[in-house]
Amino acid sequence: MVLPVLMNTITVPGQFSSLAEIGEFVTQTAEAAGLDENAVYAVQLAVDEACTNIIEHAYGGEGLGDIECTCNTVEEGIEITLRDTGESFDPNSIPEPDFNVPLEELALSGAGLLLIRKLMDDIRYKSSPNSGNELILVKRK
Amino acid sequence: MKITTTQYKRCDVVQMDGRIDSNTVPKLKEVFSTIIDSGRFKIVFDMSTVDFISSSGVWVLIDTQKTCKRWNRGELIIANVNDKIQHSLDLAGLKHFFKIYNDVTSAVGSF
Repeated sequence: MVLPVLMNTITVPGQFSSLAEIGEFVTQTAEAAGLDENAVYAVQLAVDEACTNIIEHAYGGEGLGDIECTCNTVEEGIEITLRDTGESFDPNSIPEPDFNVPLEELALSGAGLLLIRKLMDDIRYKSSPNSGNELILVKRK
Repeated sequence: MKITTTQYKRCDVVQMDGRIDSNTVPKLKEVFSTIIDSGRFKIVFDMSTVDFISSSGVWVLIDTQKTCKRWNRGELIIANVNDKIQHSLDLAGLKHFFKIYNDVTSAVGSF
């Protein structure tokens, strides 16, 4: 049986106070898609990290553009598309941080991307001058 | 979001509820800084009512841990961490920077 594809979209201002709303939105969609509790948390965390990166790196600060979040419920799980119109920022181009160091040498960056990579089953990114940046995160059941 | 602090003889206990993300993390950072600035470096963070923490929140815990450990027997210990949060700390490779206790009484008693 092929399940119907369900699609929902919200657009929020690119600011940290929007993170809870996006988190609630993807959580509800992931639960409705039939993901288990751990997978739902994984989606919530990966989307939070990705949106934080959009605000901090693509826009370079809060309140400088919107984030559009689209959730597609597909047969194998959920596909989340995040769109922004900031600077292009390909998460796949950033090397993995090394946290296997003494506490005092630990540098405070890179954990968000590392988590996105480890929590999601597939990550795709594309950027164009006309349509902006698009990050697709896939989580399977 | 609500943050409470309780000062005991041997340590301070901080409890926060809800989400720790880039929006709520400045307040948590301020609470830890206030304790440290008063010369107290033994802290238990009770996460029993925290249902979400992003990497920005984890970095505040790491920063606090760094500061506390510079002082004699100072440390940030975390307690009541749910399985999903423990798993994400593990995935990021950051779990081993903290002692994690199943309850606040044991965490406070460890100092």
